[in-house]
Amino acid sequence: MASPPADRVTYREAVREAIREALLRDPRVFLMGEDVGRYGGAYAVSKGLLAEFGPERIRDTPLSESTFVGAGIGAALGGTRPIVEVMTVNFSLLALDQIVNNAATIRHMSGGGFSVPLVIRMATGAGRQLAAQHAHSLEGWFAHVPGLRIVTPATIEDARGMLWTALENPDPVLIFEHQALYNLEGELPAGAGAVDIDRAAVRRPGRDVTLVTYGGTLVKTLAAAETLAGENIHAEVIDLRTLRPLDMDTVLASVRKTRRVVVVDEGWRSGSLAGEILARIAESAFYDLDAPVRRVCSAEVPIPYPKHLEDAALPQPAAVVEAVRALVPAGAAA
Amino acid sequence: MTGTLDAVRAQHLLREMLRIRRFEEKCAELYSAGKIRGFLHLYIGEEAVAAGAMQALAADDAVVATYREHGHALARGIPAEALMAEMFGKQEGCSRGRGGSMHVFDAATRFYGGNAIVGGGLPIAVGLALADAYLGRQRVTACFFGDGATAEGEFHESMNLAALWRLPVLFLCENNLYAMGTRIERALSQTDLTAKARTYGMPAECVDGMDVLAVERAARQAADAVRGGGGPFFLECRTYRFRAHSMFDAELYRDKAEVEDWKKRDPIALLRTTLEAAAIVDEAAAARLDGEVQREIARAVEFADAGSWEPVEQLTRDVYTPAAEKAHGFAAS
Repeated sequence: MASPPADRVTYREAVREAIREALLRDPRVFLMGEDVGRYGGAYAVSKGLLAEFGPERIRDTPLSESTFVGAGIGAALGGTRPIVEVMTVNFSLLALDQIVNNAATIRHMSGGGFSVPLVIRMATGAGRQLAAQHAHSLEGWFAHVPGLRIVTPATIEDARGMLWTALENPDPVLIFEHQALYNLEGELPAGAGAVDIDRAAVRRPGRDVTLVTYGGTLVKTLAAAETLAGENIHAEVIDLRTLRPLDMDTVLASVRKTRRVVVVDEGWRSGSLAGEILARIAESAFYDLDAPVRRVCSAEVPIPYPKHLEDAALPQPAAVVEAVRALVPAGAAA
Repeated sequence: MTGTLDAVRAQHLLREMLRIRRFEEKCAELYSAGKIRGFLHLYIGEEAVAAGAMQALAADDAVVATYREHGHALARGIPAEALMAEMFGKQEGCSRGRGGSMHVFDAATRFYGGNAIVGGGLPIAVGLALADAYLGRQRVTACFFGDGATAEGEFHESMNLAALWRLPVLFLCENNLYAMGTRIERALSQTDLTAKARTYGMPAECVDGMDVLAVERAARQAADAVRGGGGPFFLECRTYRFRAHSMFDAELYRDKAEVEDWKKRDPIALLRTTLEAAAIVDEAAAARLDGEVQREIARAVEFADAGSWEPVEQLTRDVYTPAAEKAHGFAAS
């Protein structure tokens, strides 16, 4: 094979390039968070940016999640466009008060007097043996809260494009980057830029079953769809992209076509976003279904450290394949 | 303190404190009448802090306050009408009635709440100051909070960050000795809040929060220091609330005698005594002033009463910014 094309980048590089672009385009944009400067970011996303933009715009913060997220809210109210990086979603719980009680509510409480144009980025998800305090998928919790917009880039193009769209949004946007995706490689179309963050995307067309997923489980779900194709079961894979507000039109259109659905979600099953999506499908498309709805979620356990147990706790392609087989008997596909 | 007493300014301070006092007395009445609902936290007794401190701010400075913020809102210049309509929940309120007593917001006066999470406003104030520093504006963000907030992690985080980055925040601690019903000695290992603030490497002073002239003087000096690039400043105002924590509070945690003792230092009475001694205000002038204030409050009540309820069809507005406003303020390419 020849050397990779010049526009082949990692997810990490795509996020970095998105931040660079934002810093270059608008002087009001700055990045702040723990270790984003000298260290280069816990996941090496911001490596090199301090040298290029200086400490005013690439600001290392103390370990004070609540206050630097709250300061992001204040700075957004004050006319700047901060990008706040919270190292992992687990640490964001220390800032939950500021995110839920202030970022999400100020527009409403002020009767529309103030908007909070804040972008918060954080790593989420498991798969790297980081155990129970660095590996949870809590984006579904944030998706519960009106006033927030929750986006989950699952592809190189979205990693590159969602940040700018988020910065253009006058309301708080939380971007969840699955930590297992940072090393993902892919091609970035020339001139890739801002992308829509309103609509879900059909990542693989199919006719027999709809697989709904987002973020870190998209890769696994596409792998499952590939396996199923070998069995002549053609799965349509929907990438939600935005968890709030949910684009149910795209999901329902697919479900009405395939008449079967499996939701793949790295959150725990109880109280999961998967449950919400299935409830909405049941509310709107119950009579279009040919089979019960199914979901593949994380096991109800704090994510364990040993690899075999971590793997067992997380949604895997085999579990998706199995769930689909139960709905679409081999050879009986539409 | 009468040596340099400026008659006009002193009378203004008296009027501001009276406006807050009469507004809140009326609120208590309207609460009993069922016109105001929810939580209502009165500021009576603490008027000198808001009235005095607010004199130190310019029009383009920012204010962040707590859930006991009617005094701050009035002293900052939010019209009594809009504030009273907010108390009623009418859409003519400064927060369209969506916030009520605890969530007063106003863009025109840069009043950023009305925060009902103890300590929750401090990081926001730090951020507003960060925006000013970042954009090179010579502004001050005044952040009011109580002694209770100094037990919250956000207090310590905010002191640290503001001092570390030398941000232009004026921290105004209203030490009224009680966090809801828990007296300061029962909640804090270090009850000297000024000393506590100094450990973060910022200048900190303590002032008699019942003496509006002293508060004003101290706040001006502090705000000048902040505006001059000195970084954050912590001003502790020792004050006392004469009423219960909220209208639901049976006030079982403190002696009536203690309250009566503090009432002897009523900030309004204290200033009146000073002004009468200096022959700046006599009884007739004070009565005239009170009459003007009472009429202003009466007009505010009429305005609120005549206000309208937001149609239920608009229930979900102001959760997200409407598409039409989205381009607003953003420097796209």
